[in-house]
Amino acid sequence: MELTGAEISGAEIVVRSLQEEGVDCIFGYPGGAVLWIYDELFKQDKVKHILVRHEQAAAHAADGYSRASKKVGVCLVTSGPGVTNAVTGIATAYMDSLPMVSISGQVPTYAIGEDAFQECDAVGITRPCVKHNFLVKAVEDIAPTMKKAFHIARSGRPGPVLVDIPKDITAAKCVFEYPKTVSLRSYNPVTKGHPGQIKKAAQLLLEAKRPMVYSGGGVVLGNASAQLRKLVQTLGVPCTNTLMGLGAYPATDKQFLGMLGMHGTYQANMAMQHSDVLIAIGARFDDRVIGDPKHFGSVARKIIHIDIDPSSISKRVKVDVPIVGDVGDVIDDLLKALESAKEKQDAKALKAWWAQIEEWRSKDCLRYDHKAAIIKPQFVVEKLWEITKGDAFVTSDVGQHQMWAAQFYKFDQPRRWINSGGLGTMGFGLPAAMGTQLANPGATVACVTGESSIQMCLQELSTCKQYRLPIKIINLNNRYMGMVRQWQQFFHGNRYSESYMNALPDFVKLAEGYGHSGMRIEDPKDVEPALREAFARKDDLIFMDFLTDQTENVYPMVPGGKGITEMILAEEL
Amino acid sequence: MRHIISVLLENEAGALSRVAGLFSARAYNIESLTVAPTEDASLSRMTVITSGSDDVVEQITKQLNKLIEVVKVVDLSEAAHIERELMLIKVRAAGKDREEMKRMSDIFRGRIIDVTDGTYTIELTGTGAKLDAFLEALDKSVILETVRTGASGIARGERVLRA
Repeated sequence: MELTGAEISGAEIVVRSLQEEGVDCIFGYPGGAVLWIYDELFKQDKVKHILVRHEQAAAHAADGYSRASKKVGVCLVTSGPGVTNAVTGIATAYMDSLPMVSISGQVPTYAIGEDAFQECDAVGITRPCVKHNFLVKAVEDIAPTMKKAFHIARSGRPGPVLVDIPKDITAAKCVFEYPKTVSLRSYNPVTKGHPGQIKKAAQLLLEAKRPMVYSGGGVVLGNASAQLRKLVQTLGVPCTNTLMGLGAYPATDKQFLGMLGMHGTYQANMAMQHSDVLIAIGARFDDRVIGDPKHFGSVARKIIHIDIDPSSISKRVKVDVPIVGDVGDVIDDLLKALESAKEKQDAKALKAWWAQIEEWRSKDCLRYDHKAAIIKPQFVVEKLWEITKGDAFVTSDVGQHQMWAAQFYKFDQPRRWINSGGLGTMGFGLPAAMGTQLANPGATVACVTGESSIQMCLQELSTCKQYRLPIKIINLNNRYMGMVRQWQQFFHGNRYSESYMNALPDFVKLAEGYGHSGMRIEDPKDVEPALREAFARKDDLIFMDFLTDQTENVYPMVPGGKGITEMILAEEL
Repeated sequence: MRHIISVLLENEAGALSRVAGLFSARAYNIESLTVAPTEDASLSRMTVITSGSDDVVEQITKQLNKLIEVVKVVDLSEAAHIERELMLIKVRAAGKDREEMKRMSDIFRGRIIDVTDGTYTIELTGTGAKLDAFLEALDKSVILETVRTGASGIARGERVLRA
C-alpha cells in the first residue's frame, strides 16, 4: 500500500507511535544518539518524560510503573553507556516477565561497526535478557517495529523488548501511519487451555485427599487474582503464593498459608511437600521455591501445572497434567469443569488435611522477640502494615529486608508488592517506587530497603525531588549486607567477609541534602509514632532510617540446595 | 542421546545468533549447526545436531519455539529421517599414493573435484558416520585439509516441515 500524506521524521514517528500505544509516561535520559527523539518529546505534551539520574533507574522505574499499573513500561536511553547502564534493569524485567519497551539510540547506520563514539552492539548485549529486540534500519520500519515491540512485550508471557534506532534513521523522513493490527507467523501464544486436560485437572482436584494451590507471579501478571480466589474458595483448599505472587490471594485469609520457599512459612513448605494433588498456577518451581527438585520429587504426588509458557512446564519438576494457556482463562474453564463434574470432594480427608495444616501453622514460625530493647526489623514492617492499613504499594530492594517485607506485610491485593524476585537486583526499590508512584498518583508508596541496597540507586532522590514523589523510604539499617552476613554466619563460619557497611552516610542529612526530610529512629517505642508522622505527611518524601538489630536473621530458612522441608527455624524464644 | 532438530525460522539478521546464543546461555550441546535460506527466501532452514537426555531435548525444542523468529521446530530423530553431510578433503596424491587415493575415493563414492600434480580434492557426501569412516580409512599423513558442513536433515515419506 502506498502511503500518502506529509512526511515526518523518524523521531516524530517514535513519539507518535508511543502516543498511539497510549503511553502517557516514559522514563529516560538524553544523549547524542537520541537528541532528535528528545526534540520531538519537547514539542508535545501527551507523553510525559521523567528524567532519571542514571539509566538503570529508567529501566527499573518503567518496570515498576508496569508492575503497578498493568501497562507496558517504557524507557528511553542513548547509545553506548546509556544502553549498557539500562541492561541491569532490562534483565530484571526479563527475569520477572514484565512488559517493557526500551528504546535505545544507536550511532548512525553508516558508523555502525566502526567503533564510533558511544557505539555498542545494543542488540547483541541485550539479546540474552530480552524477549525480543530489533535494530531498525530504515525510517519506514519504525512504526511497524514499534507496533510489534508493544505486541510482543505485552502478549503471551510478557517481557522486555528493545528497539535500537540509529540516529540518522530518527532524522530521516517518511509518511507515518501506525499499523492497526500486527500478525507474526512465528509468534502466536496459546491462551485457551486444552479442554481434555482441564477436565483431567478437575477430576484430580476432586479426588484429592491433600490438595494444595501454589500460585506465582503469572497470576499477578495475568490479572487472574479474582479467578484464583474463586478457585481456592470453591475447593476450600490451602493456598500459598510465591514471592512474585504475593497479593494474588489475600494474605489475611484463613486459607492462605503464607509465602513458600527458601524463606517461606513452615506450614506452606510442609503442605507443599505433603500434598497429594498440587496445582501450580503461573509459577515455575524455581530453586528458591522448591529447593532441591530431587528432594521435592521424593514424595509421590500428582501435579497440575497451568502456565502461558510451555517451557516453564516440566523444566525442573515433571508434571502430570500440563495446561498451556492464559491462567485466568484456564481457571475460568476449570471452575466450569468442577461445577459439571460428578465426583464430590472427600470432605473427611479435607478436614484431616486442614487439621494437619493447623498443627503446622501453630508452630508460629515467623515469631520474633517483641520485647527486645533494639528495633527488630520485622516489627517495623508489621507496624508499617498496620499504619498503612495493608493498603500501600510496597517496593523493596534485595536481601533480608525484602524477605521481612514479604513475610510481614500482608498483601491482600495483587500489584501492591513490587520487588525484583528473579534477578534479585539491589537498587531496584527506589526507582521502582518512582514508577509505582507515577502510575498511582496520590497512593501511598513505601520503599522497604536496607542501607546497602538503597545506596545502589540513591541518586534517584534527586528525581523524586524534581517530580515531587512523596515516597516513604523505610531503611532497615543494620549496617550489614544482612543476607550476605546471614549466609556467612550459617555457612561460612562467621567470617563476615566484606559484608560490613563501613563509613555509612548520615541518611538524615543526606535526604535533607536532596531537599527531602529524614528521620532517624533508634528506639522500638519510637517506631510507631515515627511511621504515623511520616505517613501523615502525604506530600513529602521521608527517608526513615531505622537502626535495627544487627544480628537478626530471616527465618525459616531452607539452605541452598536442600529440600523445602529442611528448614532452619528460629531458636526457641 | 543424539538428536537432529530441524528449525524453520525467519530469514532475518540476528536470527542465527539468537539460536546460537540460546544454546550457549542454557548450556546445551551443539555438535553441528547448518543454516541456509529455503526456496521461500523469507525463511531459513536450520539443522542442529545436539545431545542430551529426553528432558533436556524437550527443553531445547520448547526454548527454540519460544524464540520470536522461530516458525517451527521438529525433532527429526523422533521418526524416520535422512541426514547428509558434505565434506571436502584435500589429500596428498603423489607417486604410489595417487592410485590408492583414487580407489579409496571410488569405494566411498567420492568425487575428485580438483587435481594438481601432488594433490586431489575429494567431495564426499553421506551421514556423519560415513565421513568419519572415510577419514579413518585414510593414512593421517596424507590428509592435508578437511572441511565439513555439518549435517542437514529431512524426514522420510510424506512428513514435511513448512511454515
